Amino acid sequence: MPDFEELSQESQRRFQELEAGDKPWIRVGTAVCGEAAGAFQVIEALNAELDKRGIAANVSAVGCLGLCYAETLVDILKPGKPRIFYKNVTPEMVPGLVESYLVGDDPRQDLALASFGDGSLEGIPRLEDLPMWSRQVRIALRNCGHIDPLDIYQYIAQGGYAALNKAVTQMEPADVIKEMQDSGLRGRGGAAFPTGTKWSFLARSPGPLKYILCNCEEGDPGAYNDKGILESDPHSLIEGAILAGYATSASNGVVFIRHGHEGPIHRTMRAIEQAYELGLLGDNILGSAFSFHMEVSLTGDSYVAGEETALMESIEGKRAMPRARPPFPAAYGVWGIPSNINNIKSLSYVSEIISRGGEWFAGIGTEGSKGTAILCLSGNIALPGMIEVPMGITLREVIEDVVGGVPGGRKVKFLQTGGPLGGVLPADQMDIELDFGVMSQAGAILGSGGIIVADDRACAVNMTRLLVAFCQYESCGKCFPCRLGMTNLIEILERIARFESRPQDMELMRTIGQNMAAGSLCGHGQLGWNPVQSALRSFPGDFAAHMEEKRCPTGQCLAPVFTPQRTRSRWTSAQPLELRF
Amino acid sequence: MTTNQDDQTQKIGEALANQSARTVTVLSSLLAIEDAIGYIPPRAIEQVAAYTDSTINDVWGVASFYTNFRFTPPGEHTVEVCWGPTCHLLGAQEILQAALQALGLSEEGDTPDGKISLKYNTCLGACSQGPVISVDHKIIGPQALGGLKGDAMVQRIIEIISQLKTGASNA
Ligand SMILES: Cc1cc2nc3c(=O)[nH]c(=O)nc-3n(C[C@H](O)[C@H](O)[C@H](O)COP(=O)(O)O)c2cc1C
Ligand code: SF4
Repeated sequence: MPDFEELSQESQRRFQELEAGDKPWIRVGTAVCGEAAGAFQVIEALNAELDKRGIAANVSAVGCLGLCYAETLVDILKPGKPRIFYKNVTPEMVPGLVESYLVGDDPRQDLALASFGDGSLEGIPRLEDLPMWSRQVRIALRNCGHIDPLDIYQYIAQGGYAALNKAVTQMEPADVIKEMQDSGLRGRGGAAFPTGTKWSFLARSPGPLKYILCNCEEGDPGAYNDKGILESDPHSLIEGAILAGYATSASNGVVFIRHGHEGPIHRTMRAIEQAYELGLLGDNILGSAFSFHMEVSLTGDSYVAGEETALMESIEGKRAMPRARPPFPAAYGVWGIPSNINNIKSLSYVSEIISRGGEWFAGIGTEGSKGTAILCLSGNIALPGMIEVPMGITLREVIEDVVGGVPGGRKVKFLQTGGPLGGVLPADQMDIELDFGVMSQAGAILGSGGIIVADDRACAVNMTRLLVAFCQYESCGKCFPCRLGMTNLIEILERIARFESRPQDMELMRTIGQNMAAGSLCGHGQLGWNPVQSALRSFPGDFAAHMEEKRCPTGQCLAPVFTPQRTRSRWTSAQPLELRF
Repeated sequence: MTTNQDDQTQKIGEALANQSARTVTVLSSLLAIEDAIGYIPPRAIEQVAAYTDSTINDVWGVASFYTNFRFTPPGEHTVEVCWGPTCHLLGAQEILQAALQALGLSEEGDTPDGKISLKYNTCLGACSQGPVISVDHKIIGPQALGGLKGDAMVQRIIEIISQLKTGASNA
């Protein structure tokens, strides 16, 4: 059994070699944002060019630094120099860059985005001075984009697994739960339930078999931070899960990921293997009496599989249909065994909280929402990306200061937050704080942190129709208020968008919505009325224009909208339905 | 014909035996088969039932629930277009319309020549790079297309799809 002190020193030594050795260290962002921007082609071109010129360098495929708009981001650390980040690098740019900065010593200010680390370079701003970076407080994202996710030693060199070592050698499980409760961390998967309290339920459940389930279903369009963490720093999740296991005397952990997302899946699987190899997973972790085993479980395409009880059904290999609660997961979870389920982001905070103490974490954020929010910003904004900002910052500050506002001199019309069930928040409410309570009072959900910005060319009816089409497509079909309600809602919304609505349609939608909220089994149906309700509240004019004046003010509804059809071909072709309740 | 069928039975058997999941279930088995041969033929349902000690009904139930499973062979290439709200705001519908037109389709599905399967994807997870498509599971955004925007981007995507259709390499 390796001693943790030795492991830590060995990791430091290896990292030192990379960071302060005599070869350049080149890091390329290869999370899904990088992949979409062509990062793997850039790496290929880079390796070919280095080969051709006989330059010895370490090239690492790292994850997402969060400045997704600048992908493919190439980060070059030359001995004795600060790191330089080059933005929007293409394979064609590689030979020139290698020639200038690796063969020569011209840092190419024209291609550089920022520098990072000791020293500064003329004409290149420091990363810390970029607005997108300066407002961030990076806890869960601390290593993202900095280390190679396939190299556990790099994670350990950054202080990784020290919290686990501290817990198993110096803390009782109850102390770990106490720290989590002191931290005030609330779940980042949507329901914002206090994490420490949730753990205390499982801690009281009988063992020896108990499960920690890590939820990376992440079906919310617009959010990619869970996958982003697994792609960029999988060990932060694994360490968090092991700590959750220690705190609750659990025996097994499962990371639940949607199939097809190869980056997060492959990197998480590899990270688990490495943790086993170093005795950080398995029997008698770090020589203690505590044993914990982990595996990855893949699910098929199903949004509702992210709901906690549906997730358990999916792990068991069944249809992802939610179960009735009670019994709650802590009593009857996956395979009937007591389970605790947390979101990836929630668990990625844990090691830092245990290292630095719950009080430290509670010192960040607001009274009701401690810590930071991990946001994915996309849509009509200048600088889309993944950021971590303290709770309490206003949405306006995030949109206008951190991610550069709306390009092209346009104005924000609304923000679509919290996934399709979250609905829309109009621009005039952007001064509210990022805070679970404040946001839900304003009728928005912080949810899993996806914020989609729509400018004034967007039509509220068009967006609502799209969101409801998603919800209808993804309804699991178990209970009829949701299955039929969603189908009726989308049918009416399509009618409105075609200017063919009938006067009674508004009332009909409300009735259906209320019935869905009252009669659905899980959050999908219960919140399914939310996107329509929030749009009706904030943009009644858009609906009136379509329904009464038979016109779309932005013209967006004149273009066809293609969405998948599921269990509705008969409905949509039929005569409009009269519903009587 | 028989040998083809035997071939497939064997491939399915191998996919079942070599699946990466530590805990083997109906779902993990179906996913492994889909990865191996691209779809779930009827015999796969039977094989999964036998392999996981489940009923054929149970296996059909799972296979028909998750929207990724298909029961006929896919086209030679799969093109997915994201229709999530971000991509929607950034022009996904224009891409979809042009792609459907270029392929002669009225909705997602396969071209009659079996070359291309077009799928609507609820979110490819690369929202910051929207609008994105994926070609044979490789995600491509405007950045990778030389930073093109608007109509020029749509046109470039249609070129890529057309090249797939005519069989030319898209290197
Ligand atoms: C329809 C539906 C989909 C959900 N999808 C997810 C998801 O993709 N990821 C997630 O973490 N939580 C999702 N949730 C919330 C989970 O049920 C659960 O509350 C969460 O994973 C708990 O983790 P936390 O306490 O760390 O927030 C979903 C809930 C519903 C109703
Ligand atoms: S509310 Fe909808 S998604 Fe949830 S169980 Fe019922 S049908 Fe399924």
